[in-house]
Amino acid sequence: MRKLAIIVTALALATPAAFASDAEGTASWQQWHAGNALGDRASLQRGARNFMNYCAGCHSLKYLRYQRIGADLGINDDLMKANLVPPGAKITDYVSSAMPASLANASFGIVPPDLSLITRSKSSDYVFRFLKTFYADPAAATGTNNLALPGTAMPHVLSDLQGVPRAVFGEGGRFEKFAEGTPGQLSAAEYDAFVRDTVNFLEYAGEPAKLSRATIGVWVVLYLLLFTAIAWLLKQEYWKDVH
Amino acid sequence: MANAAEGAAVKGGFRAWLNKRLPVDEFMQSQLLGYYAPKNFNVWYFFGSLALVVFVIQIVTGIFLTMNYKPGELTAFDSVEYIMREVEWGWLIRYMHSTGASFFFVVVYLHMYRALMYGSYKAPRELLWLIGMCLYLALMAEAFFGYVLPWGNMSFWGAQVIVNLFGTIPGIGPGLVEWIRGDYGIADSTLNRFFALHVAALPLALLLLIVLHLVALRQTGSNNPDGIEIKAKLGANGKPLDGIPFHPYYTLKDIVGIGVFLVAFAIVVFFVPTFGGLFLEAPNFTPANALSTPEHIAPVWYFTPYYAILRAVPDQRLGALLMGLSVLVYLFLPWLDRSPVKSVRYRGWIWKLALTVFTVSFLALMYLGLQPAEGRYVMLARIFTACYFAFFVLMPFYTRIDPVKPVPERVTHHA
Repeated sequence: MRKLAIIVTALALATPAAFASDAEGTASWQQWHAGNALGDRASLQRGARNFMNYCAGCHSLKYLRYQRIGADLGINDDLMKANLVPPGAKITDYVSSAMPASLANASFGIVPPDLSLITRSKSSDYVFRFLKTFYADPAAATGTNNLALPGTAMPHVLSDLQGVPRAVFGEGGRFEKFAEGTPGQLSAAEYDAFVRDTVNFLEYAGEPAKLSRATIGVWVVLYLLLFTAIAWLLKQEYWKDVH
Repeated sequence: MANAAEGAAVKGGFRAWLNKRLPVDEFMQSQLLGYYAPKNFNVWYFFGSLALVVFVIQIVTGIFLTMNYKPGELTAFDSVEYIMREVEWGWLIRYMHSTGASFFFVVVYLHMYRALMYGSYKAPRELLWLIGMCLYLALMAEAFFGYVLPWGNMSFWGAQVIVNLFGTIPGIGPGLVEWIRGDYGIADSTLNRFFALHVAALPLALLLLIVLHLVALRQTGSNNPDGIEIKAKLGANGKPLDGIPFHPYYTLKDIVGIGVFLVAFAIVVFFVPTFGGLFLEAPNFTPANALSTPEHIAPVWYFTPYYAILRAVPDQRLGALLMGLSVLVYLFLPWLDRSPVKSVRYRGWIWKLALTVFTVSFLALMYLGLQPAEGRYVMLARIFTACYFAFFVLMPFYTRIDPVKPVPERVTHHA
């Protein structure tokens, strides 16, 4: 059953993933799909690492405990403490941001939002698009701007990985395509994978129960089908008398 | 030797002892074994018992949610996430409750549509229909209050829109709105009183109305797809010839219906609990924020036909009035329908056409209520609003000239 579920999921995900890979410059960025898979535990673990390294400086996951992440993603407490739990925090704490709200407000003019539910309120695809559509904008205070969230106060914190692409705008300021800008450490495909893992982790963080929900659901539905079949046979037996 | 009285008690055993004190057998006899229902029920007759099943699901899951939910503008949203993440099986309880709300309306709408098709509201079942309509109104209120409780941004703005509708009532409007909210805006006090109404007042009202609905049903007996009164043809035993005892026949049949229902229910709960944003909307995963209005405010799908009517009218006061009428107009059905025939099976083409127009209008308005109120959507909403009301307003006329067919003496039943 699990094998079947994996195959079905893989097939379902193959299409959007293929979409995303040839996306750069050709297909419209609004059509990009994250193509992440919650069944891919290694991806979730990489995503957790990415989040702690690049996001947790400013963003919290206030409904999620470090220990829960470890339990759900198969990372033992010692590894969690050594690598993912920041100094000073307990493993039973909720994931908090390193930056105090007052400092954040002073630096960005806004407190960076908690990301616990970002994939639920905006969708995983949105976060994927957001992290892939930063472009150089000298007019912006941070030096970058974003297509998915124009005028965002967030700097392109992944610029050392992706580099900073330039955006080419056509008539009436309509976005046309991305062009080569400052290069980063990762290739386009590697950066896509990095973002996909991160989005995958955020989708998990939005609903930890999602990891097991469908698996349990298969058994529940099978049980109910069996129950219904037996109930139907019983009904048929009694209704033989009705003419 | 035991004396005579003791002997009798031993002879009858526990059952006799019990029945002497509580009429259990009598109840079973009158309500289940001796209650005869028409034997020709089709699939449309499952939804009454299913509504009862959903009611029980909502009460039970609701009780467990209440153990961890904390009303209050600072605690409500967080406590729902606490249930989703930290409470054992909390996510399942919550998804069952949120899915249950939508399934309640699916089941109730199909139940009401059945009555419309087979003329179940017509004499002698007018009161049964009116009690059912009160149930529907209470359910709408219950669903609305429940929707506000998670205190997401759509909860907040939905409450804002609905409560403000009362402000359109001339004279008392503004004061009334303030009285409902208990504050100058949707606030902590509003949330707390909605919680009280949601978990105590309305469930009690629903329970009372359900009992009344069942008592009235037992008095008249069920209608059936042929719209024939089975009590008119009695057998030698004094029971209807076309009737069968409710138990075991319909209890067993209803259990099959419940099984099929639960399969559909479980599929939504476990695989698509948000149902593509229809059952749980994305903006409601952001906490209530009085300073940030969602891009476009839409109620949950089961209210959208009426919401579309509200927005179809340019004047807000008139729109609110029409919206209210569109819900209340069902109350008059037993007296608007002048046809001598109950079931659509024996009605003429005019009724069938009218029913089709109504069905299409209702579904179209449901769709339009989910769309932004702009351009052709508004135009379409106006057209379908006109069709919707025409179905009711013109009913006394077209049901009188409708060329009906002769109704058979006995129900159609294929064993």
